[in-house]
Amino acid sequence: MRIRRRTDGIEPSRFHWRDLVSESTAGLLQRPARAALTALGTVLGVGSFVAVLGLTATAASQIDARFSDLSATEVTVQDISGEHTEFEDLAFPGDADQRVERLNGVAHGGVLWTVQLGEGQEVRSAPVAGAGAASQIQVVAASSGALLAAGPSVREGRVYDRWHDTTRQRVAVIGVGMAARLGITTLETQPALFIGDEAFSVIGILDDTERKADLLLSVIVPRSTAQEIWGPPKDGAEMLVSTRVGAAQQVAGEVPVAVRPDHPEYLRAVPPPDPRTLRSGVSGDLGQLFLVLAAVCLFIGSVGIANTTLVAVMERTGEIGLRRALGARGRHVLAQFLTESGVLGALGGLIGTSLGVTVVVGVAMAREWTPVIQPTTVVAAPVIGLVTGLLAGLYPAWRASRIQPVEALRR
Amino acid sequence: MTGTTATAVDRPADEATAPPVIEMRGAGLTYPGPPAVAALKPCELTVRKGEFVTIVGPSGSGKSTFLNIAGLLDSPTEGQYLLDGIDTGSLSDADRSALRGRRIGFVFQAFHLLPHRTAVENVTLSMVYGGAHRKDRIAAARDALVRVGLGHRLEAIPTTLSGGERQRVAIARALAARPSLLLCDEPTGNLDTATAATVMELLEDLHRDGMTVLIITHDPAVARRGARTLAIRDGVLTEGRAA
Repeated sequence: MRIRRRTDGIEPSRFHWRDLVSESTAGLLQRPARAALTALGTVLGVGSFVAVLGLTATAASQIDARFSDLSATEVTVQDISGEHTEFEDLAFPGDADQRVERLNGVAHGGVLWTVQLGEGQEVRSAPVAGAGAASQIQVVAASSGALLAAGPSVREGRVYDRWHDTTRQRVAVIGVGMAARLGITTLETQPALFIGDEAFSVIGILDDTERKADLLLSVIVPRSTAQEIWGPPKDGAEMLVSTRVGAAQQVAGEVPVAVRPDHPEYLRAVPPPDPRTLRSGVSGDLGQLFLVLAAVCLFIGSVGIANTTLVAVMERTGEIGLRRALGARGRHVLAQFLTESGVLGALGGLIGTSLGVTVVVGVAMAREWTPVIQPTTVVAAPVIGLVTGLLAGLYPAWRASRIQPVEALRR
Repeated sequence: MTGTTATAVDRPADEATAPPVIEMRGAGLTYPGPPAVAALKPCELTVRKGEFVTIVGPSGSGKSTFLNIAGLLDSPTEGQYLLDGIDTGSLSDADRSALRGRRIGFVFQAFHLLPHRTAVENVTLSMVYGGAHRKDRIAAARDALVRVGLGHRLEAIPTTLSGGERQRVAIARALAARPSLLLCDEPTGNLDTATAATVMELLEDLHRDGMTVLIITHDPAVARRGARTLAIRDGVLTEGRAA
């Protein structure tokens, strides 16, 4: 505008931004009820936008939390030495437990496998064959570390420890259901059970295990005891490692080298699935539909603002003419009406954001979840409202700026 | 501003030598047809600073066209119109808006007050686009309202004011920006006779203080109060009262 020739003696009209804001808000407050109703569309649009994003984030984080509790702290290591050599019976060395437990982030870890019993060998609660026999009971050889990694909760007695393991004690730990099948009700009588011809003292009865629930349906004996009696595993062994939260991925990378520094390729560590990929999958599916709905709400809201602003422009033609007579330029009128619709949109956006956050917190409270909302969502939402208002106000404000004062004042 | 104020001190001793405020040099307006309508035939008119002029004519005579041209709301299609010596024909829309806001105070028949704003706020509106400070504007608005005799109703909403009071607020609004010219379009048209008389007294009062006043009316009684009266009929402006 500076390029244009200024006629001497004419000071240009001005419209300070502070006046712009106060004139616009005064214009809105002329009809507060209508302004509120107009903003409602934006309130709903922005509100659902925030609620959808917040609820999706909240739900995803709940899945993450449950995930971390259980499998995210579990690493299994498979013995795949058979793929590389035929001369290796058991890829896990005798001190595998100690090697693994030295790793940072590991809680417990140990080797376990299912024992293949020979012909005629079965688990019994009495030394006489056929008496008190329970068919199809599997025997699991587990090192003391593996038993601890399974997270047992002991009903009676105790679990065996490294001493039992290394000194090849004939001890067994069984689940409570298995005890009932074998007729063992208490440890006070120091019961024994027989596997084939070998006698084992039952030193512990388990209520439950956190992992490897099939252990509860097995007779668990120390690893070295089993290896001495029945030899190395025929179906391959695996290692169960429990880690601290967040350490599983790293531990999985370290275990093969720690256990078999000479042949790490004999071992394959299976980490839990990465929670991050899981989360993006969840938010991708459900969220998009609701985001489309929120966008539709916003569009309806903006049409509402456009419509009301247009009506207001028609109604206030006299005022526009007056302002032009008092020195306002077309662009001043444009700025005023644009600011009015922008303020309306921004207010709607703010209220909508608050409502959306309230909904997310409310739902989270009802479900006893932790509410999660991305900070960017909360910042972006009022801006979306503002932009909606400005876009909606463009046409009406342009119309207002084109009104000729002569026509306007004739009314 | 070119030193135009509404104080008695500035009033020129001899009106014939005072600087012209309005100068029409063959200014006329024809609406392009078809058929072309000459709303205002080319006219010559000079109104000097401090004059009190009334223009009378029936409706449809071209009064409004004359007012629109004088008030820079419309441009003549022929001839020249000079306001305070500035040729308005070559001005951009922005300059015309600025000139209108700073040099002309409008008083309308329909008052044109903002219904939800107080008297003071309505008066300050005339200075919003002038760039003055908010505090100065409010002070000037209060002064103007006191000047028109509404010192006791500064914070009143227009809907609670009588017709005469509303027109006084409108006059205060026109005065507050300290214009060169008070342009009144049927200022008493919506008022009863008694109230109209008080409004006219106020305008005469302002004229005595040195304000240049131009009143356009269809009411001969109002026109008679002017120190100088012009008549307009069928788009022709003539000096003296038309019979």
